[in-house]
Amino acid sequence: MKRLYQTVPTGCDWAVEAQGLVKTFGDHRAVDGVHLKVRTGTIYAVLGPNGAGKTTTIRMLTTLLRPDDGSARIFGYDVVKESHIVRQLIGVTGQYASVDESLSAIENLVIFSRLLGMGRKEARQRAEELLEEFSLTEAANRPLKNFSGGMRRRLDLAASLIAQPPLIFLDEPTTGLDPRTRNQMWETIRKLVNHGSTVLLTTQYLQEADELADRIAVIDRGKVVAEGTADELKASVGNSSLQLKIQHSYDMERARQIVEQVLKVRSNTSTETGRITAPMTEADRVTDLLIALREAGIHLAELSVQKPTLDEVFLTITGHGVKKDTAVDSSSAVEEVRV
Amino acid sequence: MKNISNLTVGRELKNRASVGQAVHHSLVMAYRSLLKMRRTPEQFFDVMLQPILFTLMFTYIFGGAISGNVHNYLPIIIPGILVQTVIGTSVISGVQLREDMDKGVFDRFKSLPIARIAALAGALLADTVRYTIATTLTFLMGYLMGYRPDGGLGHVVIAALFVIGCSWAISWIFAFFGVVGRTASSVQGISMLILFPLTFLSNAFVPVETMPDWLQWLAKINPVSHMITAVRDLTNAGTMGQDFALSLIGAAVIVAIFAPLTVRVYMRRA
Ligand SMILES: Nc1ncnc2c1ncn2[C@@H]1O[C@H](COP(=O)(O)OP(=O)(O)O)[C@@H](O)[C@H]1O
Ligand SMILES: [Mg+2]
Repeated sequence: MKRLYQTVPTGCDWAVEAQGLVKTFGDHRAVDGVHLKVRTGTIYAVLGPNGAGKTTTIRMLTTLLRPDDGSARIFGYDVVKESHIVRQLIGVTGQYASVDESLSAIENLVIFSRLLGMGRKEARQRAEELLEEFSLTEAANRPLKNFSGGMRRRLDLAASLIAQPPLIFLDEPTTGLDPRTRNQMWETIRKLVNHGSTVLLTTQYLQEADELADRIAVIDRGKVVAEGTADELKASVGNSSLQLKIQHSYDMERARQIVEQVLKVRSNTSTETGRITAPMTEADRVTDLLIALREAGIHLAELSVQKPTLDEVFLTITGHGVKKDTAVDSSSAVEEVRV
Repeated sequence: MKNISNLTVGRELKNRASVGQAVHHSLVMAYRSLLKMRRTPEQFFDVMLQPILFTLMFTYIFGGAISGNVHNYLPIIIPGILVQTVIGTSVISGVQLREDMDKGVFDRFKSLPIARIAALAGALLADTVRYTIATTLTFLMGYLMGYRPDGGLGHVVIAALFVIGCSWAISWIFAFFGVVGRTASSVQGISMLILFPLTFLSNAFVPVETMPDWLQWLAKINPVSHMITAVRDLTNAGTMGQDFALSLIGAAVIVAIFAPLTVRVYMRRA
């Protein structure tokens, strides 16, 4: 284990410093002036819905894409002018597995190791070590075509750790994984940092960022809309959210007004399902709310308390919800994590 | 600030791969391509079929008309078909490069601290296996049909290496289309459009003297004609003349122009 990971690079406080990064595709600004600062030895999460610009940002930081404007430094080295040095300091696990489908797991790792300057024997040894570490030894010689999503992800991560890079980028490392595999991935990421690496990951799930990251940047439409620790972010949303199901739809509007008055927050109303969702900063206020609703003669069908979803973080920070499909995604993630 | 001491990078960090490293990286990438070829031997069918088919077809169709009989035509047609087939094979390089580059693994290659040229050079280097197969089969077919090169085995080997080397150089042109093109089929289309006039408007099948003046002029300046003449000189007479030198210079010029150009475009395109 000890040999697998990199120690903290000394003498540089900031693993990533990005200033005003911009990337335009056609006339669409996918990344629109992103600032990021990641302290060495920490886990940093970039949180945002589909299409927010997470992947594009990562691709610029990892020298795969040239920024149209702005600049970024990795341990003090410029990603454009000193790209070859930057590549020696980073490991990249992209959103989609970047391994060779027609080769076996061990062949993939050996080739990457050889490219990183290892001799034949050393490369083989390193590949075996990593396969062992990621529980892939059994599948070492099988073609990747028969690998599950989780195995592919693990192999991809293994491939980015070959050179023990001090900084590791993980683009949505757990999207599409089942809860058990997701927990394993979280364990692995924590281990990386315990051994001194810095990790920058992206995610669509607040829970994941909360679970792993020291600091979080919330990104929307190519811009960082909030930045801070998980606690700071959640405090701005309420630690959990209250969900009310109203019995009669003609009461909806009045109910919403009462909720917003009593809890002093903005709420999210869905007329089709008859649900009102609101951030809950103080549990005590709920008593007041229930009394107020009773006095107004509004009948509830259901009442529940939920951990905040990305949807609520977004609503609070940006004043608009995330796109429908992502909202569904993030709330189903809540369910899975709770299991 | 820049004093990063870590396990991996005990040495000083350099912002360029050295020439030695570039060669090493290219060889590893070539090894990767060879591994992939071994997984899908089907891909060699067309490379093997074309020399056999073309040699038989063209020799028996044109033999009598051009040289009186098949036997006398062999010293003319075998070098012609050889060059045509092997250059034709180099088109596959560009098409495959396009297909390969669309795969996720190329993102990893780009994010590794390796020489930028390695991914391209490696793939093209491995493709010389294809040229070698095509070359060997063409000479073999010629032999079976009664071709006995007067230049001797030594010169036949030199001719083979010469054709393989030149085709490798030419494959950089198709690699360029491969990198520029949007899809594999568009790359194939453009490459064929260039390949056909280049190989047929030459002295491959008929003596240039039988062509109309304007075509003669074209066929004579066509670099492929020079290559074919160089091969005929080698296999039939065992000599290396002006055409041999011109072809090699041409090949070097192609690499000097298209290799950096292709790498540049490859780096630009996300
Ligand atoms: N190569 C590309 N060409 C055109 N548009 C792109 C390209 N890559 C990304 N985009 C667009 O840029 C926006 C941000 O994409 P992306 O960075 O992938 O977001 P995320 O990773 O947060 O889901 C999206 O609207 C996407 O459609
Ligand atoms: Mg993405």
